[in-house]
Amino acid sequence: MRPDVAAWLARARADAEGRGLTALVPLLEALARSTAALRDANFDAGPDGPAETTHARDAAE
Amino acid sequence: MPVTLPSSLRDAAGLIERRDLSPVELTRACLDRIAAVDADLHAFITVTADIALADAARAEREITAGRYLGALHGIPVSLKDLVDLGGTPTTSGSAVPPRRPDRDAVVTANLRRAGAIVVGKTNLHEFAFGTTSDETAFGAVRNPHDVSRSPGGSSGGAAVSIVERMCYAAVGTDTGGSIRIPSAACGIVGFKPRIGEISTDGVVALSTTLDHVGPMAGTVADAALTYFAMRDGHVRQADVAGLDNDPVTVGVPGPYFLDTLDPEVRRLFGDARATLARAGHEVVDVAIEHAERTADVYLHIVLPEASWYHAALLERHADKYSPGVRLRLEMGRYVLAEDYVRAIHARAALGRAVDRALERVDALLLPSLAIPAPPIGAASVDVDGAKEPVRAIMLRLTQLFNITGHPAIALPMGRGRDGLPRGLQLVGHRGSTNELLAAAIVVERQLAGKEAS
Repeated sequence: MRPDVAAWLARARADAEGRGLTALVPLLEALARSTAALRDANFDAGPDGPAETTHARDAAE
Repeated sequence: MPVTLPSSLRDAAGLIERRDLSPVELTRACLDRIAAVDADLHAFITVTADIALADAARAEREITAGRYLGALHGIPVSLKDLVDLGGTPTTSGSAVPPRRPDRDAVVTANLRRAGAIVVGKTNLHEFAFGTTSDETAFGAVRNPHDVSRSPGGSSGGAAVSIVERMCYAAVGTDTGGSIRIPSAACGIVGFKPRIGEISTDGVVALSTTLDHVGPMAGTVADAALTYFAMRDGHVRQADVAGLDNDPVTVGVPGPYFLDTLDPEVRRLFGDARATLARAGHEVVDVAIEHAERTADVYLHIVLPEASWYHAALLERHADKYSPGVRLRLEMGRYVLAEDYVRAIHARAALGRAVDRALERVDALLLPSLAIPAPPIGAASVDVDGAKEPVRAIMLRLTQLFNITGHPAIALPMGRGRDGLPRGLQLVGHRGSTNELLAAAIVVERQLAGKEAS
C-alpha cells in the first residue's frame, strides 16, 4: 500500500479503536484500498492524450 | 362490488377520463390491496388513507364538473419515505426521530397539482444508504416474487408497491442505483432522470452531488407520464404518445459492465441484444474510459457527503441508527478533503468518457443489476463461482450514471430459470431525456413482442 495511504489508515484505525468502533476497522481497510486506487488513477489521460491539469495551468501563470 | 384493478396507469387514466372508473373506487381498491398483502411485505411505513380518500373525492368532483387535469388525475401513487408530504412524518426508514414537514416536497406538490392521490409513504433502506431495504426500523421489505429475498433498494418499498398494484406510480430516489436496482430485482420500470431535472427540495439527502428523484411504474409509458407530472405539475396522455424513435442505435459498453454477471443476467442480456439486432436496430460495442474506477470515485463522494448531512444526528442519536448504516456514516468522517476533491474532479472526466461512448448511438444498453434479488440479510453472494459483496455488486452497473448525471432507465428483460426478474438499462445523452424515453419505449415493445412469440 502507498505510504501516504498506509499512514492515513494507521491514524484512522487508532482513532476508530479509541472511540470503541472496532467494527469500523475492516471498512477503513477497504476504504484505504479504494483511496489508494483513486490516488493512483490518472483521469486526465483521455483518448486524445493528457488534458491540461490545474497544476499545469498554475505553473503557466 | 369489488373493482377490477386496471393493469396500467395509462389504462386507469383512460377509464377515469371516460368516467368509467371513479378515483374514489380506484383509491379504495388500492387501499384494500395494501391492507390485504402488506402485513407480510412491509412496503409501506405510513398509509395515508384519510388524505387519499379526501383527495380522491375532490378529484371525482372535479372530473364530474368537467375539470379533468390529465393523465395523473385520480391516480393513486406512493412516496418513498424520504419525500415530504406536509403534515405527515418523514421517517427515512429510521428510528431516529422523524422530521415533521408542514409542507409538501416540490415533487409531491407537483404530483398533487396534477391530481395524483398519495396513498402512503413507502419503506426503504434506512436513509437510502443501502441496496437491500433490509436495514430499516420498519421491518425488512420482502420481494413479492420470493419473500425470502430482498426487493433491492434503497427504494424497495416503492418497487413492491408497484408489483403488488398497491398504487400505479411510485416516487423513488437514486443516489447509486436506488431506483434502478429495485426495479430490476422486482421486474418493473425505474427511471433516473438527468441530474437536477426533478427537484430534491423537500427530499432527505444522502449525497447532494449524486441524489436524483424519479418515478417507478409498471411500464415505460407509465413512468414517463409520472416523470412529466413530477417535473411540471401536469401531464397529458399525448405527452407520451409522441415518444417513439424506431429504429434505435444502442451501444453496449464493456468490459467492466459485462465481466461480472449472474449467468442468467448474461443469458437474458445476450438474448435482448440479439432480439434488437434481428429486428433491425443497430447494436454496437463501445468503451467508457476509467469505468473500472467508478466505485472508488463514488465512495469518495457519497461517504463524506452523507456524513456531512448526518453529523448533528449522529452526535445526538447514534444508537438509533441501524448498525451497518451507522458504520458507513462514520466511515465518511475519515475521508480526507483532498480525496473528496480528487473524486469531484474525476467526476468531470467520467462524464466526458460517457459522452464519448454515446457519440454515435441513441443510448447505451447494459444490464441494470448484475445479480438476481439476493436473500434477505446476505452480506455476499456467489456470482458465477466467485464470492462478491452484495452492496458492491448491486451498485456496480448503475452508480456511474449518478456520478455523471446522465439519464438512465431500468426495464425488465425477462425472468431467469429461477423465476426471478432480471433487468436491463438504457442510458441517454445529457439533455436528451425525451429521446431516452422514446428509445426505452421501442426496446420495451421489442422485448415484449419476443416474449409474446
